[in-house]
Amino acid sequence: MSHFIDFLRIVWRHPSGKISLLVFGLCIILAVFGPVLAPYGAFERVYDANDNLVRLVSPRWEHPLGTTLLGRDVLSQMLWGARPALVIGLLTAVGTVAIGLNVGLIAGYFGGRLDSLLMRITDIFLGLPFLPFIIVLLSLTGRNIWTIIFAMMIVMWRSTARIIRAQVLSLREMPFISAARTTGASDFDILYREVAPNVMPLALIGVTFAVAWAIITEASIGFLGFGDPDVVSWGSIIYQAYASQMMYRAPWWVLPPGIAIMVLVTAVYFIGRAYEEVVNPRMRDIGT
Amino acid sequence: MSAFLLKRFWHMCLTLFVMITLMFFMFRMLPGDPTATVISPALYPKAQEALRAQFGLDKPLWEQYFIYLKNLATLDFGISFHTRRPVADAIEGRLLNTVLLILPSMLAAYLAGAIMGAVVAWRRGSRFETILVLVATAFQATPVFWLGMLAILLFSIKLDLFPIGHLVTPGMFPQNTLKMYISADFLHHLALPFIVNALYQFCFPFLLMRSSMLATIGEDYIELARMKGLTERRILFGHAMRNSMLPLATTLPMILGWAVAGSVVIETVFSWPGLGLLMVEAVGRSDYPMVQASFLLIAVLTIAGTFISDLIYGFLDPRIVYK
Repeated sequence: MSHFIDFLRIVWRHPSGKISLLVFGLCIILAVFGPVLAPYGAFERVYDANDNLVRLVSPRWEHPLGTTLLGRDVLSQMLWGARPALVIGLLTAVGTVAIGLNVGLIAGYFGGRLDSLLMRITDIFLGLPFLPFIIVLLSLTGRNIWTIIFAMMIVMWRSTARIIRAQVLSLREMPFISAARTTGASDFDILYREVAPNVMPLALIGVTFAVAWAIITEASIGFLGFGDPDVVSWGSIIYQAYASQMMYRAPWWVLPPGIAIMVLVTAVYFIGRAYEEVVNPRMRDIGT
Repeated sequence: MSAFLLKRFWHMCLTLFVMITLMFFMFRMLPGDPTATVISPALYPKAQEALRAQFGLDKPLWEQYFIYLKNLATLDFGISFHTRRPVADAIEGRLLNTVLLILPSMLAAYLAGAIMGAVVAWRRGSRFETILVLVATAFQATPVFWLGMLAILLFSIKLDLFPIGHLVTPGMFPQNTLKMYISADFLHHLALPFIVNALYQFCFPFLLMRSSMLATIGEDYIELARMKGLTERRILFGHAMRNSMLPLATTLPMILGWAVAGSVVIETVFSWPGLGLLMVEAVGRSDYPMVQASFLLIAVLTIAGTFISDLIYGFLDPRIVYK
């Protein structure tokens, strides 16, 4: 937890990090309160006084972002869609790094055959084509938020594992590790009380980039038509607009979700880089 | 050195083998009968059996697995559930289309990234740097399919400058011939997906080059070049840039492989008949032999990319120890 507070403090002190944190915070507020603020339901179809479907109307006072082909309010869909984007992004990232962190720690610390085995497995996962594999998996397991998170986690842990392992390899030979060993600490204790805290900064960088990746990937999955059909996400709004072939007549339908993803993911990238500059001294002279 | 080569090659083959096996068992282990789409449960049991035998599904699992391996070794990918024709026929032209889209746009992204990254590092702290980093990141953070949709909306529909997707104007070339690929019509269709993919891919080589350059600029030989009185331009392009290219050269094949995997998205937006679109369509139709084959082909390209990256890294950086 203290690592996380440090993380926030470090990013907050960075000029572009501060702006990015504010943007991210705004998205979290939208994710929490979006459904309450939304004037209409996620799938609600809006009818006018004469019982006609209000379809494809351009932005106006009652519908600040217009409506879709099926008469759904775009602003409401945007507000409903913030939560899935963030939940999927954050859960996937945390799961991804949890797996990658443990594989990296164990491989780097114990070395030898276990290391070779784990690294071979990591190599195999590095050879998996990312999106194609996820699509095949989703076509077999069915599509809902949980299978999407699971599918992304299965593939994404590989890069974190490699980075963490490299760091652990150099930490293993440090005096404080042998000091801990002399005091009779078990491997488990050394691994999780001595080594792990020292790779946490790297793991946190991994989390931020994984959040960015997961949000983009979730949108791509939605766009390819493999998203959760019961959930409105920013990606699925774009897919609906694309699939209806009406997006060229209704730019108000397709612009907001794309801009929202772009702004959110850009902010996440800048948060990650702001932190990286401080914790990774090699990057310190790179001002973004 | 040859030991290192051999070891990497062996690892690559192992990865490929695992991938092939995974593809086989995934379709047979996971819930749902993948053959239900082609062998309707509504058919007479006799007819179902006959169809099963035709596709070789009546044999025990391990036997099917060995037949599958043997077929793959002879590049026999089976019969498509959808078209009922050999999968290999459908895949042939698709591979070329994907390469013709991905390779040039990635090379363009790397070239532009290398030059802009170097320039930006040279002019550190300038407003130009801040803006370019922000723009590059924003393009990387934008879903590439959305960027493609906007490009179509603006340049194809509003301004009518480019066609809306596809390889060539339908009906213009009855056969996929060399003539088609060198026609102006093809280039006209290629332009928009090429630009969109290059913009999306630009950020990675750009930032990589920038940080690599920043490390180089501090080196003594740059100082020496200055003392020799060389022009700034000469130092930048002749000395600093050349020595900062290493990370770009080593990552290019790997990133290329990943871009091929990412082609599922860009090809879908632009209806570009490549491997990625083929796979997405095949998944949608539950055409599993086609899914398996297109996935494996994409995987081969991804794995080969990583392998070549490792090799270049080994060759170009003498500090690597071959173990």
